[in-house]
Amino acid sequence: MIRFDNVSKHFRRTTVLDGITLTIGQGDRVALVGSNGAGKTTLIRCLLGEYICDGEVILAGQEVRAHRTEILKRVGFVPQIPPPLKMPVQQLISFAAGVCDSDPDKMYAVSEQLGLAAGSFRKHPFVKLSGGQKQKLLIAIALGRDCDVLVMDEPAANLDPEARHVLFKLLAEKQNDAAMIISSHRLDEVAALVNRVIELDQGKVVLDDHVADAVDMDSVLNCRISLTRPDSAFAETVREWGFVESDDGRVWSGPVAGPDRLRFLGVLSRYAGLLNGIVMEESTDAAVSEGSNNA
Amino acid sequence: MKHLLLAAMADINESLRSRWFLIYSLIFGGIIVALFMTGLTESRVMGFTGLSRLLVTYLQITMAILPVFVLLTTVRSVAGDREAGVFEYLLSLPVGLAAWYWGKMLGRFIVVFLPVILAMLLAMVWAAFKGADIPWNQVLFYTGFLIVLAWCFLGIGMLISSLARSADVAQGAAFMVWLFLLLFLDLILLGVIIKQGMPPEGVIAIALANPLQVFRTASMLLFDPQLVLLGPSAYVILDHFGRTGYLVWALVYPLLLGTLCAWIGYWIFRRGDLP
Repeated sequence: MIRFDNVSKHFRRTTVLDGITLTIGQGDRVALVGSNGAGKTTLIRCLLGEYICDGEVILAGQEVRAHRTEILKRVGFVPQIPPPLKMPVQQLISFAAGVCDSDPDKMYAVSEQLGLAAGSFRKHPFVKLSGGQKQKLLIAIALGRDCDVLVMDEPAANLDPEARHVLFKLLAEKQNDAAMIISSHRLDEVAALVNRVIELDQGKVVLDDHVADAVDMDSVLNCRISLTRPDSAFAETVREWGFVESDDGRVWSGPVAGPDRLRFLGVLSRYAGLLNGIVMEESTDAAVSEGSNNA
Repeated sequence: MKHLLLAAMADINESLRSRWFLIYSLIFGGIIVALFMTGLTESRVMGFTGLSRLLVTYLQITMAILPVFVLLTTVRSVAGDREAGVFEYLLSLPVGLAAWYWGKMLGRFIVVFLPVILAMLLAMVWAAFKGADIPWNQVLFYTGFLIVLAWCFLGIGMLISSLARSADVAQGAAFMVWLFLLLFLDLILLGVIIKQGMPPEGVIAIALANPLQVFRTASMLLFDPQLVLLGPSAYVILDHFGRTGYLVWALVYPLLLGTLCAWIGYWIFRRGDLP
């Protein structure tokens, strides 16, 4: 579906991409990882037809820059840093839906699913929304239209656990029909979402490996944590994940989205000294929110 | 066409919300009000048709303000958007580059031109209300001059935005262009002739090539084509061109110059890195 053929990009004397050759097929969910300056953003911009580069970037058989408009209709993009757009939410959605020939109501619906009532923020300038709200809106614009390539730069970074789970569910719906490129400088942030890892270093591919695809993106784990003693900082942290307490704050239970398990364990590691026991079991319930309410 | 209109509307809405537009509108509205308060009655005493004098004064002031305002706000907005990452996101959407570029220019042209023409309309309504004659011929030509002046500097602004990679560089370049054109106005040309002994053809060529000078001479010509008002090079030019020829030049040349600059800007924009 996507082919980078000996792609190089130079800025003056600096080589940012150095002869990248890659093929990404339908159903590939790629973690594009690498340290700062490795070339991830540049590679994405070449794929979006925003940079002129040496070599060829082909999507669905067409050279990207030469057929920008047709190609970009198939690509949903979520940037890592939301643009400082002064336009109101309604205008941004109208503009995006207008140029994508999409239904703005679908974008509003996805944003509602993610927990952002975009309808009540219609008149708000985009730039005045919080980091999480901006991220949700950009995801809603990318997923609220028909596209078979998703390019996301740290898409879950600013999302709360519930919104992350909804995002994972939405991605799960597209996983067989679309190619996904999820960029991150940390593999653990995106590991559970992907089935392939591509690591860039100094503009070159240093690792291209398929990984075990064992985690169902839509799965939910019921989690029970017991502590040696109650702790207010721990309580505040796990409440953000939708956990509820019992036994005077010594026992906490709640749901964790399957792809979020590594992230959750990372959070718990900060309180390792307090932990008495952890139980995580695959839930038969579908949604985190339901799990949260039941708990 | 749909994408072009969407891009134009986005730019219009963005401008209407910004502070520069408010200041810009207040300046032009304020100029007209100030001219009415100080000039109209007095000019009647001196025997001129009030609106003619007011309009020519308005155009002279506009010549000083409009180009620098258009240049600075255009380059700040376009180069600033690119620098801030707005282009990275909006151009990841399937909007055509031509629609994006020309839509932005169209939107900005409407926004830039609207306060200027509304201020002129205000003058005409006021004059009609006071019972003064409205010189329709002059009003129509002045409207045309203002349109082509705004378009010309908008085109130059878009070219600078395409060339400069940062808002600071773009703003500096825009200011230098404005200063350069301002320096080649008629009085300085006179100094050049006297001091450097420059051939008159060269001076006339510079005067004809400078859109500010063309605008100034044309607006004066409609009011009172006397040597004392026009300056020497303009007087020589009028002698060669004739009144009609010069008015045509004053309408066509800035339009072509602005379009050429904008087109070169577009060519650079679509051939290079977008964000």
